[in-house]
Amino acid sequence: MTGWERFADSFLNARVAAEYLPKIVEGFGLTVVLALCIIAAGLAAGLALAVVRSLGVRPLNWLIIFAVDLFRALPPLVVIALFYFGLPAAGLSLSGFAAAWLALSLVLMAFSEEIFWAGITAVPKGQWEAARSTGLGFLPTLRLVVLPQALRITIPPLTNRTIAITKNTALASVVAVPEILGAAQAGVSFGFNPTPLTLGAAAYLVLFLPVVVLGRWIETRFAWKR
Amino acid sequence: MAAIVRAHGIHKHFGALHVLRGVDLEVAERELVFVIGPSGSGKSTLLRCLNRLEEPSGGRIEVDGIDMLDRRTDINRARQRIGMVFQSFNLYPHMTALGNVALALRQVLKLPRGEAEGRARAALERVGLADRAGHYPGQLSGGQQQRVAIARAVALEPRVMLFDEPTSALDPELVGGVLQAMRELRESGMTMVVVSHEMGFARAAADRVVFMDHGLVVEQGAPEAVFGAPREERTRAFIRQIDRH
Repeated sequence: MTGWERFADSFLNARVAAEYLPKIVEGFGLTVVLALCIIAAGLAAGLALAVVRSLGVRPLNWLIIFAVDLFRALPPLVVIALFYFGLPAAGLSLSGFAAAWLALSLVLMAFSEEIFWAGITAVPKGQWEAARSTGLGFLPTLRLVVLPQALRITIPPLTNRTIAITKNTALASVVAVPEILGAAQAGVSFGFNPTPLTLGAAAYLVLFLPVVVLGRWIETRFAWKR
Repeated sequence: MAAIVRAHGIHKHFGALHVLRGVDLEVAERELVFVIGPSGSGKSTLLRCLNRLEEPSGGRIEVDGIDMLDRRTDINRARQRIGMVFQSFNLYPHMTALGNVALALRQVLKLPRGEAEGRARAALERVGLADRAGHYPGQLSGGQQQRVAIARAVALEPRVMLFDEPTSALDPELVGGVLQAMRELRESGMTMVVVSHEMGFARAAADRVVFMDHGLVVEQGAPEAVFGAPREERTRAFIRQIDRH
């Protein structure tokens, strides 16, 4: 066997690929579901925290900043492991999926809160004053005048951060979630052949390449025209 | 004449800075009061205290019979009666001119969309911008933006209008349109308090000129009196300086 044949037999093995493709497809579906759940929960929680922070209640803001810094500092894998292996000791058992979802949602919440907050503070004070001077209350001003402007400038960094954190769904394989990487690793173990990893890589490309391209498009679409 | 604005003994501190040091200002119905003074004299701060964009450190403010500094006053309701126009226009960049004017009509007065837009259109027409209703602020000149801002405030039919240096951010050739809109507002009987350096406009349109310096009212009176024969040396020095331009 030449080196190339050995490589092809290991990583591009058609028989193994055919056998484990259905598992990878299932994993693909699971990754998509997990990613969507993380994006929905993480961005919603991040926006909610940023809105609460804009109320300017000091003790509350200290709490928010503490939580945000905590989840920005901890490696996501550590958070997932902590939730999955640590919480049962406290009498709260989470499935691998739930642990990964909660952990990554909290991480996305932390980063997106900072981005939303930066967007809110970037809106000029005059916008608040103009709206408030017409009798609009604090929350209507935030919702109708400030947030639409803030969201526009936050979309590019938010897209990047969301893609980065969604890719961490691969970490869920550590806590036995059969998403793409988990399914691929299982295939490698059962098939004594690493071809499922190649399939896994292909699956990630199929999933994230369009997302990255979409992100690039959004970035140019929402950039301030100069 | 009944006073619409009664401000008495207004003090304002910004940290160690004592910006307003006991200012009294009364504005009668349909009166146009012009507030002038060197930068840092506290004139803008005084204006911003009147609708409580700035919280006074002390004093009493009554606008149209409402105690503005009473904790029980619904400040959002009170502000409906006080229109304000800013130096930097502060139009909402994500809304059209019509959207800018209609927002408070919809959200504050709770008018249905059609009625709000009808009133907004009428307000834009008053400032000569009916044909710009669908334009975004970025597509308008500074002068047009400021006229939209005037329409936005006027549409709420306030009892008094506050102008905070409305022409200072404009190129000279755009000032005229804004002053024209203010003149027409004046002729309609609107009570106005104007902080501005437009002396020509003050001479032509003001009922009373108030000169402020170092957080106090130094001198006030009819424009001919304050500009023509100022009593105080500080007033004389200030008017000499701005007349040079």
